[in-house]
Amino acid sequence: MVVSIAAGQGAAHARLENVQISMPSGHWLAVVGPNGAGKSTLLRTMAGLLPLEATKGHVQWDGASVHGMGARERAQRIAWLSTEEPEAEGWRVEDLVMLGRLPHQSLGARPSAEDRLAVRRAMQTTGCAAWAQRRVDALSSGERQRVRLARLLATEAPLMLMDEPVSHLDAPHQADWLTWVRALTRPVQGRGAVVVSVLHDLNLALRADSVAVMAAGHVLHQGSPQEAATREALQRAFEHRIVLTMVQGHWRCWLADVDLVDVRGVKRVT
Amino acid sequence: MGMTMRRRATLPWVLVLGAGVAALLAGTALGSTGWVNPWRMNDAEAQLLTSIRWPRSFGAWVVGALLGLAGSLAQGVFRNPLADPFLLGSASGAATGVAVALALGVSAHEGLAWFGLAGAAFVGAWAAVAMTVLLAGGVSRPMTVLVAGIAVGVVLGALREALTFWVPETLRAMQGFLLGSTSLITQSTAWWMAGTWVLCAGVAWSLARTLDAAVLGEDTAVSLGVPLVAHRMGLIAVMALATGVAVSQAGLIAFVGLAAPHVARRAGQVQHAGQMLFSAAAGGALLAWADVVARGAMPPIEWPVGLVTALVGGAYLMLVLRRRGREGALAS
Repeated sequence: MVVSIAAGQGAAHARLENVQISMPSGHWLAVVGPNGAGKSTLLRTMAGLLPLEATKGHVQWDGASVHGMGARERAQRIAWLSTEEPEAEGWRVEDLVMLGRLPHQSLGARPSAEDRLAVRRAMQTTGCAAWAQRRVDALSSGERQRVRLARLLATEAPLMLMDEPVSHLDAPHQADWLTWVRALTRPVQGRGAVVVSVLHDLNLALRADSVAVMAAGHVLHQGSPQEAATREALQRAFEHRIVLTMVQGHWRCWLADVDLVDVRGVKRVT
Repeated sequence: MGMTMRRRATLPWVLVLGAGVAALLAGTALGSTGWVNPWRMNDAEAQLLTSIRWPRSFGAWVVGALLGLAGSLAQGVFRNPLADPFLLGSASGAATGVAVALALGVSAHEGLAWFGLAGAAFVGAWAAVAMTVLLAGGVSRPMTVLVAGIAVGVVLGALREALTFWVPETLRAMQGFLLGSTSLITQSTAWWMAGTWVLCAGVAWSLARTLDAAVLGEDTAVSLGVPLVAHRMGLIAVMALATGVAVSQAGLIAFVGLAAPHVARRAGQVQHAGQMLFSAAAGGALLAWADVVARGAMPPIEWPVGLVTALVGGAYLMLVLRRRGREGALAS
């Protein structure tokens, strides 16, 4: 996948400028950056949900322009998970996950055996098969997030864009998420899926194949967590308020020591 | 477990369709001249049943089904449980159409009277919805469409008031229309409406998954490959057709289109293909029973059926609000 944006969205969305990202198949990219850096806007642009004038840049997936694809073809090839969704009151888990199969169903058609299989598989992967018949509004936010992830997986799209996929997930399920991403990107017949995820948890992001560091609509750097330049970009994006150290072969992130300041802004003597 | 699941899903359908059939039987047997036993009747009674009571009861059911279908579409398209089929100005448009026709003296021509008023109501309803959509600059922003519908409703309402002010004789005839009535439905119009219902339900059924996807939010629906705006336009057209036909034959019948989708959701129908059909069946049963009550409560005086639905529907909504108020949600 290649994303190249000279100058992008204005108005209601963050303005993207000078964005250059590329990744091979079977790649997991983590997009990180402070609030308002343009991470979600980038993801929406990659999903084809935000327009992009040809003169200002292009998003290419598998040799085709994302913005030139038909809606249905795009939906079959690119899945997108938003940060939040309206509550689907009264819906049962299984029916909600089945909506992920819409790109593969024709108008007014009933779900095929293949659709049912994909839904069952996705629910098993995310651990929601046991509540298939339960109402989604009776679930906790973490459980609901797993249902949303199941719907995303059910699309079986080769490019999965996830905006804050681990929010509301407890630690074991965050670890599970990591396992699915690894499984998705593992090559099958020479090709693995591409996963792009916006993550606030830098420790998780530092596990990715590459990290795109964003600030103020720019991609400061895209590279492996092992590269010093990536870590420098992270430091710059987060105003040097983080510390990165190597622990057991992985780069880890800590909050830099800060002066203890109480809510009234009066410095405490420590 | 599969068995109980299936039974649980079938029972509401049996109940709602059973209620409709019971209403049709009661509406055919009962009337302002009293009870007729369909198995032992003379020729005059048979004539009364087949040419007046049956078409009227069946017509009431079909009008209710049209409004129930349109109500489910309105609430699905605008993702708002308080939406009803009249909210795009179609009620106001139909009423204004009738007022114009009456002021021009259409009812003075015997032959023209029936078709004239129904036609005027239908044209008025459609014109109002078209104005709403044009004013909103298309249907890409549902909230704008709703506000445009309110604006069109207010302007047309003022126009209608002005007309009845200048030509006060129309007031009495207008009242019949505004309160809703099933008394003018004939055998052939009932079947025409049934045909329209089949057409509307067919188109709506084929677009139902779009409404399902829209439950997840507009962007997610688009990311799932759903042509949201085009389908929304189609569904609004279906809604306007169903509402226009119902209103042109039976006037402004309140609350059926609002309450029927709530009944459907309470029966567990959240996916729109099932919900719109259940809502239609519930609307049909509701209006057919309201018609029985309107005719049978105080014979030989007949109440306007819209009055009965407003009373019953209003009471139902208050009950829902009271119960939901405690749980803090409004949606079903």
